[in-house]
Amino acid sequence: MNKDVTLDRGVGIGILVVLLLAPLVLSEYWIAALLTQMLILGVVAASLIFLSAYGGMVSLAQVAIYGVAGFALGNLTTNGNTKGLNLGWAEVPGIAVAILIAVAVAFIFGALASRSYGIYFLMITLVFSVIGNLVFGQVTNISGFGGISGIPIPDFLSRTAHPERLYFVTLAIAGGVYALLKYVVRTPFGLTLQGIRDDPVRMRSLGYSVAWHRTLAFAFAGLIAAVGGILFVWWNAQIAPSTIGLAATIDVLVIAVIGGLYRLEGAWLGALVFVVINNYAPDVGLISDRFHTLIGVVFLVIVLVSPSGLMGLWERFTSGRGRRPVVGDITQERGSGEPTPVG
Amino acid sequence: MIALIVFPIVWVLFIASGTSFGSAVSDPKDFFITLLNGLTAAALYFVVASGFTLVFGLMRVVNMAHGAFFLLGGYIALRVQRNMVGVGSDVGLSSAQVNFTQWIVPTIVAVAIIAAAGLIMQQLLLRWNQGQDLRQALITIAVSIILADQMLAHFGGIPKDISWPGTFDKFVDLKIYETQYTLTRLVILGIGLAVGLALWFWLKRTRTGMVIRAGVDDRDMVSATGINIQLTFAIAFAVGSGLAGLGGAIGGSFASLAPGVDANWLLNSLIVVIIGGMGSLGGAAIGALLLGLVTNFTAAYLPADYTFYSIIFTFILLAIVLAIRPLGLFGRPA
Repeated sequence: MNKDVTLDRGVGIGILVVLLLAPLVLSEYWIAALLTQMLILGVVAASLIFLSAYGGMVSLAQVAIYGVAGFALGNLTTNGNTKGLNLGWAEVPGIAVAILIAVAVAFIFGALASRSYGIYFLMITLVFSVIGNLVFGQVTNISGFGGISGIPIPDFLSRTAHPERLYFVTLAIAGGVYALLKYVVRTPFGLTLQGIRDDPVRMRSLGYSVAWHRTLAFAFAGLIAAVGGILFVWWNAQIAPSTIGLAATIDVLVIAVIGGLYRLEGAWLGALVFVVINNYAPDVGLISDRFHTLIGVVFLVIVLVSPSGLMGLWERFTSGRGRRPVVGDITQERGSGEPTPVG
Repeated sequence: MIALIVFPIVWVLFIASGTSFGSAVSDPKDFFITLLNGLTAAALYFVVASGFTLVFGLMRVVNMAHGAFFLLGGYIALRVQRNMVGVGSDVGLSSAQVNFTQWIVPTIVAVAIIAAAGLIMQQLLLRWNQGQDLRQALITIAVSIILADQMLAHFGGIPKDISWPGTFDKFVDLKIYETQYTLTRLVILGIGLAVGLALWFWLKRTRTGMVIRAGVDDRDMVSATGINIQLTFAIAFAVGSGLAGLGGAIGGSFASLAPGVDANWLLNSLIVVIIGGMGSLGGAAIGALLLGLVTNFTAAYLPADYTFYSIIFTFILLAIVLAIRPLGLFGRPA
């Protein structure tokens, strides 16, 4: 085991301890609003980073899939007093079916986009995401513009009554997601996916079905995003089309890029930076309402200076003089697009 | 797959039960109007998307700020028009107060400023990292976030619109099925055709166009022959952005300008070029036509209780194209 890994492990365990002890030290607002939100956004961003780091697919559809899970849960479990289908199911089957629907949607999106690469993939998934948002905004049977409110939440998790419980459950699920993703990338499936990321043509000649593996990876990332969607509903008790609009899609991309598009840990790091800016920037006199400009500027600076994000800075810092090449950093790769003619 | 294409045609022509119009056979006038609506919408989609695809085709730059440029162009035209007429931006104008000059000058100013803005963005932020297409897309996303927020700060969240000149704002008798049709939409159609023809002439018949087409096929070879490819890139980026500005001025006259319009127009441009094939001008025309027709016909010919499902048909259109041709109808692999 080399020194870097030991250091990274130490830092990882340290962060886990800090997060576990956080409720003892920090105010309820920090726990219930900021850190819980950070963990949830981190889960969604992790599904994007998984695809980009190990599959070479920068997907902007993760927010749409997270929204599908949230809206499905809302439609299935609410009972009368809100928009949507109000099917009044119990919590457990509601969650299971909501995740299933989201994964099915992710599978269809993935199948349609699986033969596109690089920047094309980004554009196609962006279009899927915006269309997903418009569907929920326009189809009044399942939501409509105002969204679904008053979604039932398991009693023991209520944010108002037990903010620290929801925090711990979210922390456990986020930890589970992280461990699951770390495990999957070492399975034969994960290795195949990385092979496809590096050289799809060679993998095809070795007999792997490239499109099928990319579709499966997309559906799996959809599962992670769907878990994020369920957590979001638990946290917020409502979901509206504006929650999954283009702004939210870009937010998750910003989080992933700030953290680092090539390492899973970056998801939560980026989410922490984003949540803190989002909450405290409006209080700074000069910025006040213009905190989106601030986020845009931070994003721009990161992309210009360190396209591998804060995790990239961390690695450059810890590896000292060594200019360790960053594996899987697709922002650094040159021209992957296939030229198409004008005229 | 074929059924997905044939059934809607049969539906529109002969059945169309439960819609506000009858089928095309029994109610040809409404069919004709819907067709014209689709064509005029397509013309505006084409104006905006052709700029997007021109930039991508030559430079591999996906300009995610294209929608923000559209909206900014609209706001600039709005402000110039209000200044020319002599009222504040918040005052609504009626077309009777506006003459042709007070519409065309703001439009030209908007095109010029947005072309310059695009050029500045390209020179400052994109020129030195050519070839890193994802990084460039992220940079333009950052620019679009900043622009969108600044536009909200300067122009507010209330929808505003540029006024058509009185010259255009009237109905004309088309002498077909006794249709009275608004002249403004026909003007948009005319501008779309003019832009298409001008781009075609520029790309196929002039020296710069020749260099651009050569650059699309092989950038390195073009610069090896001693041509200043960076100059060509700058020209193409300015023209591409200028088209977004033109679209914004027209779109702001046709509909309104508000936060969120930028996202809609980025979406429209993306759909058009994904359907047509990235970088292909002909593809942009076909993509714009398909999108314009599908959105207008689904809005008119879905049964009244289901009209809000029309967005799903846009998705189906995209899904059919991607399933058959992942690179778009006119997309060509390397």
